[in-house]
Amino acid sequence: MLLQKGTIAPDFELYATPDQKLRLSELKGKRVILAFYPADWSPVCGDQMALYNEMLKIFRKLNAELVGISVDSKWCHMAFTQDRKFHFPLLADFEPKGKISIDYGAYNSTEGHSQRALFIIDEEGIVQWSYLSPEGMNPGADGIIDALEEMSEQK
Amino acid sequence: MLRPPIDDKDQKFGEKNTSVVLVEFGDYQCPHCGHAYPLLKRLMNELFTDMTFVFRNFPLAEAHPFATIAALAAEAAGNQGKFWEMHDLIFENQRRLSNDIFLDFSTVLQLDENKFMADWKSEATLAKVERDFESGVRSGVNGTPTFFINGARLSTYDGSYESLKDAVQRVK
Repeated sequence: MLLQKGTIAPDFELYATPDQKLRLSELKGKRVILAFYPADWSPVCGDQMALYNEMLKIFRKLNAELVGISVDSKWCHMAFTQDRKFHFPLLADFEPKGKISIDYGAYNSTEGHSQRALFIIDEEGIVQWSYLSPEGMNPGADGIIDALEEMSEQK
Repeated sequence: MLRPPIDDKDQKFGEKNTSVVLVEFGDYQCPHCGHAYPLLKRLMNELFTDMTFVFRNFPLAEAHPFATIAALAAEAAGNQGKFWEMHDLIFENQRRLSNDIFLDFSTVLQLDENKFMADWKSEATLAKVERDFESGVRSGVNGTPTFFINGARLSTYDGSYESLKDAVQRVK
């Protein structure tokens, strides 16, 4: 099961580019949208990430940074990022394979890839919202925006 | 659900107070929107007095480099009362869009060129396109084209004319 609201988000450090790692705790003070997805290049993921790529301005208005995660390697992510002109990091949950996806309860161990799952982590590193989408479906972003706005209202 | 609902900033085609309002979230460079364009034309011709068609911009700018400038051009033409003429020209020439073609379109439509250029590049026009995009995101749009009929998302469109027409007739 996905990590639920109120859980401390497990910290991790993963490659964001071939020579740079990103640690989740470095983003403390910001809200983080973690978007786990099955695979680079597959049609639905591409559309979902392309949509989020256009929304970075809207996410930033809500003090949120977007991070994508899949089990693809850092080199695969680099090629995918360049091809699609993404302006946000894709992290490689590559070694040990799927470890972080498993920690978040978002791993499909039959297929060996991340599920299509969304998490919002607040400024203090606590999961505030999570959502599991059917793998073949692009979940859009209305749920993310609603959750971020609800967090703002509760402050 | 469509959020926010239709208001006076929306680009509308058709009579006022019709029983059906069909909204398209579209991207001028998206081939699926190009496919839907003649279907929507035909639908409007058949149901003209009963249906209002609304176009909201949903450009995926990084995937489609001309999508945003096309959206801005149509909105700029709209300031001179020719939104739909520009919208149609863009879709009819979808495969040969370029940075310069919109100025040719403005000439074809006999727009005031200085005003068109100023509006095309204005903050206000960009704000309108961004507002449309944000409304799409809030309404759950995840790709284009996405349609809403009387505020409810249409999930049965399969690329055929019949699937659009049937959906519209169900609510009439």
